[in-house]
Amino acid sequence: MHPFVLATIGGALVGLSAVLMMTLNGRIAGVSGILSGTLTQPQGDRLWRLLFVIGIVIGGALPVWLDAGFRAPLPAASVGLAVIGGLVVGFGTGLGSGCTSGHGICGISRLSKRSIFATVIFMASGIATVTLMRLLSA
Amino acid sequence: MAKNLSALIAGIIFGIGMAVSGMTNTARVRSFLDIFGAWDPALAFVMGAGLIVTSIGYRLAFRRAAPLFADVFSLPTRTDIDARLLLGAAIFGIGWGLVGYCPGPALAGLTYGYAQTLAFVPAMIAGLLLAHRLKPIR
Repeated sequence: MHPFVLATIGGALVGLSAVLMMTLNGRIAGVSGILSGTLTQPQGDRLWRLLFVIGIVIGGALPVWLDAGFRAPLPAASVGLAVIGGLVVGFGTGLGSGCTSGHGICGISRLSKRSIFATVIFMASGIATVTLMRLLSA
Repeated sequence: MAKNLSALIAGIIFGIGMAVSGMTNTARVRSFLDIFGAWDPALAFVMGAGLIVTSIGYRLAFRRAAPLFADVFSLPTRTDIDARLLLGAAIFGIGWGLVGYCPGPALAGLTYGYAQTLAFVPAMIAGLLLAHRLKPIR
């Protein structure tokens, strides 16, 4: 299938997940917030978060299990850069109260002004980072 | 019980969406952000489809007085644009551009067996916890 078609199907599934979380549990399907909450929220408010996170890991494995073509290739970053990137992504999404899913999908769908601002800024910052890295490595 | 099961199922659907859409492919994500270079627009369809499904689905969800398995819709109440939001989003974008992972795809790709992914996720959790320590409890 064409990458555009797969991206559309994948995006629709992310949307379906977000709608289910809101309709059933009244929660924003924001990965950084839910992940952070597995360790920082009160004991009784952790299990559903942990199960959502485990679900993402299982869900990511399922298409690959059915068709190895879905297994994403090895990231180009070194392991050291991956550690730095992970720290930066965790710190930034924690400080900014959300990531691509929480702000980019759920927040914009609610027309949240904060999420629209956050999404424009992390997109711009991501674009600037990739552009700079390309220029520096050229 | 219902709340936990629905979170697990929503997580699985989310993870499938990540793997199918191409979001777990860090090279593709970085090409999507490389708008001044060899831009690959495919992942715009993830956001587009996600936003359409979520915008419509949320409107239907909010017609109900409450979610099915919870007492209330737990929605963010803040509307102010503060420095933490903007700075956090900018920092997140840097990490996203550096490696090509945002939180959801990193979790979805955990079982692919790459050292980069296995290094990224714990570092991201450490970053989230660090930001949580700096942030006053809401």
